[in-house]
Amino acid sequence: MNWKVVFREYSRDITSLLALAALSVALLLAIFASVIAVQDPYDLTALNLMDSRLPPGSIGENGLYHLLGTDDQGRDVASAILYGLRISIGVAVASGAIGIVLGTAVGILAAYLGGWADAVLMRIVDIQLSFPAILNAMILLAVFGTGLLNIIIALVAVQWAYYARTARSAALVELGREYVEAAKSLSFGPMRIMFRHILPNCLGPLLVIAAVELANAIALEASLSFLGTGLRVTEPSLGLLIANGYSLMLSGHYWLTIYPGLALLILVASANLIADGLRRAFISRSAVAVDHG
Amino acid sequence: MAQFVLQRAMHASVVLVVVSLLVFCGIYAIGNPVHVLIDPRSSQEVIDQAIRNLGLDRPLWEQYLLFLRNAMEGDLGNSYVHSRPALQVILERLPATLELIFVAMSIAVVAGIPLGLIAGSMGERLPGRALSNLSVLGFSLPTFWVGLTLILIFSIELRWLPSGGRGEVGALLGVRTSLATSDGWKHVLLPAVNLSLFPMALLMRLVRSGVIEQANMDYVRFARAKGLSSTRILIAYIFRNTLIPVVTVMGLVTGGLIAFSVVTESVFAWPGIGKLIVDSIRLLDRPVIVAYILIVVLVFTAINFATDVTYSIIDPRIRLGGANR
Repeated sequence: MNWKVVFREYSRDITSLLALAALSVALLLAIFASVIAVQDPYDLTALNLMDSRLPPGSIGENGLYHLLGTDDQGRDVASAILYGLRISIGVAVASGAIGIVLGTAVGILAAYLGGWADAVLMRIVDIQLSFPAILNAMILLAVFGTGLLNIIIALVAVQWAYYARTARSAALVELGREYVEAAKSLSFGPMRIMFRHILPNCLGPLLVIAAVELANAIALEASLSFLGTGLRVTEPSLGLLIANGYSLMLSGHYWLTIYPGLALLILVASANLIADGLRRAFISRSAVAVDHG
Repeated sequence: MAQFVLQRAMHASVVLVVVSLLVFCGIYAIGNPVHVLIDPRSSQEVIDQAIRNLGLDRPLWEQYLLFLRNAMEGDLGNSYVHSRPALQVILERLPATLELIFVAMSIAVVAGIPLGLIAGSMGERLPGRALSNLSVLGFSLPTFWVGLTLILIFSIELRWLPSGGRGEVGALLGVRTSLATSDGWKHVLLPAVNLSLFPMALLMRLVRSGVIEQANMDYVRFARAKGLSSTRILIAYIFRNTLIPVVTVMGLVTGGLIAFSVVTESVFAWPGIGKLIVDSIRLLDRPVIVAYILIVVLVFTAINFATDVTYSIIDPRIRLGGANR
């Protein structure tokens, strides 16, 4: 796979580049949250009730500058968002990583084995994909209960099928290629053919799905947490921040909802725009690849 | 053909049984409904009596078999919270959800298809790209976030529309619906717009890519050579040929909205089945959860089945592919 060509095609759209930049910034902010944030929003001793519900841009009792205001416990909203980003991105990336490994393995295996193994595996995928993700996740959370680990499990369970289906269809195309036949006639083992020959050639479509699923996972976790069926209050992701702010929105403390909402919006939209850009890049790349045989 | 239909019908019924089993066992693990439904301060006799009345004292498999037999007869148990048949509780709430989905789907079609045609005929020019990127927002914005923003703008700031509830319900052609009263329309507007964004964006992208695909076809060039106006070519020629995938996807998405309405209904306090299921999960109202999931699974399986069969009629290759790749 010629990544240089992919990147060149990708960079032709300014929106895609901006989205990539935005997501990179969000990632850096999340990683260095504890360095950038003016306070640790979940260190209760650092909170001062005298500072509660300060509007954006005010300076608190302890001399801290609250860029985005404070919540009803005197917590700096900007800091809470940084820590929330960390949880939201962390949950999405962790579940995505497990989902992509699991789903790709199943998909390539199904394509390679064919026959009844393929039929059974893909039937399971079909069944799962016939239900909307949010319904699947809600049922699982209703069964296992809420919390960080359970929501990761639920998100993996929701995502793996997309990867499996994508990997299978990409692998089926590759299986017909001559290099696979060559590898078989060199009597390479099935594991080697599946994961060292076929897998690298399936990465394009998988990468597109990974970007889409990153956005979906972040949005899904936020929705579930907002509904009260996702993360617990001790693990405040962006969705929970929005839910907390929502209860105070009617009394004019708009910043508690708007800013975490904007952070979520930028995160999800940029991941989706990246997926769009990648899709375009891979389509033009495969057009080039066909020309060269 | 008959074999294909039969095979798919069998798949569908297996799915239903498996899901019912999974759901039933799973829901049992949520927690003990006894603690939720019965005041823990009441005497042991009262608690035992309640357990017997709810059938919670029997073994799990016996509860399931009983449940399965009753389900066949349309009896999905009594709601613990509402003390009425679970099916009845759901069916009572269903019209509100269907009404919401109907309005949302209408908005999506009326806005999404023309936008897709415009974006498609613009091709790679800036307005087309911009519309296409905008449609990404329709997918990516979390439904609850858009709902909150709509409430913030139209209910709190402008005070034009109510922020929740179903409003006044009147009778229209013998059906009780909010669409019969102006107050009801005011209430349905915001949640319907909220719910419509996803199908709208989907339709728009589908039509757009269809138009771009068709634009280079010979029949389009021929029509252009004949001197037809580009608007006429777009509507009378190209649009017709993009319709098949559009209609199919619309069917699937309408089913999907039943699930998406969970979020919208919760944000706007809309008294449909979506809000019911969220409340039921919180209150561990087991029969309602199970009945809801079974009904939704039934609806989805039916829609998927219909889509499979429709496809196989349109494109016979689908029947031959799959199993023997």
